[in-house]
Amino acid sequence: MSADPSSPTPADSPRVGTSGVKRGMAEMLKGGVIMDVVDADQARIAEDAGAVAVMALERVPADIRRDGGVARMSDPDMIDGIQAAVSVPVMAKARIGHFVEAQVLQAIGVDYIDESEVLTPADYAHHIDKRAFTVPFVCGATNLGEALRRISEGAAMIRSKGEAGTGDVSQATTHIRTILGEIKRLTIMDESELYAAAKLMAAPIDLVRETAELGRLPVVLFTAGGVATPADAAMMMQLGADGVFIGSGIFKSGDPAQRARACVEATAYFTDAERIAKVSRGLGEAMVGIAADSLGAGELLAQRGW
Amino acid sequence: MSRGGPGRGAAPRVGVLALQGDVREHDRALRAAGADPVPVRRVEDLAGLDGLVLPGGESTAISRLLTVFDLFEPLSQAVSSGLPVYGSCAGMILLAGEVLDGRPDQRSLGGLDVTVRRNAFGRQVDSFETDLAFEGVGSVHAVFIRAPWVERAGESVQVLARVPATDAGASPAAGRVVAVRQGPVLATSFHPELTGDGRVHALFVDMIQEARG
Repeated sequence: MSADPSSPTPADSPRVGTSGVKRGMAEMLKGGVIMDVVDADQARIAEDAGAVAVMALERVPADIRRDGGVARMSDPDMIDGIQAAVSVPVMAKARIGHFVEAQVLQAIGVDYIDESEVLTPADYAHHIDKRAFTVPFVCGATNLGEALRRISEGAAMIRSKGEAGTGDVSQATTHIRTILGEIKRLTIMDESELYAAAKLMAAPIDLVRETAELGRLPVVLFTAGGVATPADAAMMMQLGADGVFIGSGIFKSGDPAQRARACVEATAYFTDAERIAKVSRGLGEAMVGIAADSLGAGELLAQRGW
Repeated sequence: MSRGGPGRGAAPRVGVLALQGDVREHDRALRAAGADPVPVRRVEDLAGLDGLVLPGGESTAISRLLTVFDLFEPLSQAVSSGLPVYGSCAGMILLAGEVLDGRPDQRSLGGLDVTVRRNAFGRQVDSFETDLAFEGVGSVHAVFIRAPWVERAGESVQVLARVPATDAGASPAAGRVVAVRQGPVLATSFHPELTGDGRVHALFVDMIQEARG
């Protein structure tokens, strides 16, 4: 690790890895689409389409689901290739709890690490101590308590989990509505109710109080997991997400370049139904998809994370 | 651009380009500085503005959306007509006459006779915070996120801030130009909108009041 953010330094000397630059980086991504890519060509298509960042991984979630087996951090050579191909930020996934994968990703200079339930967990009790890193982390959450636990571990950005690799937006809807609904309820609670809420959701009281005061998470909240069309992306934005991750939805579709552009435009103009209609025309086949409610309990990725 | 709005003293109406990026933070900082911010997503939204802010975000994404939604030419005309404009980070890149390490199709809105280098300080792990001296404002706490720097500034460009040469004296960042002004156009490599310090936005609101005379 190149810096310990907690170590005291003179106010006027440059400091890296601070909470300010980690959370601030996510603020710059708001209103944008982050796309999963598996090689340099896909990364260029994503950047050309106006993606605000790309997520480098070896297989998109739909393929991870199909192939089974253990899904791990990507090969550093493959991430290097993507970093060389584009100028937008490059994110990469580490397994839940796998702090050495995270160390490797920081060493090769990725811009953001996703501690992701899409990969096979490396630890069934602990998440990565994200404060120990200079690079910022994004983590998934299905409810507010989970989001605040990840923030307390140092996550600088949250994404609702949805159900990755399905092309079924229903779980993304459930999770973003759950998180935002729980925040709304916090805003009308008095102090003693906030303590009880913190206990119930197993989250630190300081973060619960801060969230209640802000009326939103203290970090940027994107949504993910099942977004496959421009209308899906715009719906997530109208529900209150700050931006959208699209995994399998773009490069598992008939015309990825056009679908990528359409999703970017629908995310930027998410309240403009005429523009969303316009960009939704002639997109070709969407990803085939799997209905999330047809998956067995053991196949639900959103249940990974504690 | 209509300048026939309320006279000096009334809250200036300041557009914030709201295609992507940290729009909310600029909105808040402008309000704190006494301006009346409005989001700009369409050509019609440019009518009646006293000033315009280009927020932080991904310059490649914002630049593409400007082109797709036919905002590029109207914005470019607004800038050349003398509308006061402030750009932070990605906004600075959009205003710069020349961009190094950009995309080949990257276009400039004009306004600043400078050459900037994108992601000049490095990757996100190199993003940093520091205090610096900002001419006319004082000491400012600056947050740099995958920030550009100004590599060349034309004769009519006023340099307002540089990265201090403290214990990072040997680093390539030391002494780099990170805030400039050319007439009614202001730009910073860093993000005053993130720190809750409203003084840079107050400077911009003063520039708008000057322009309204």
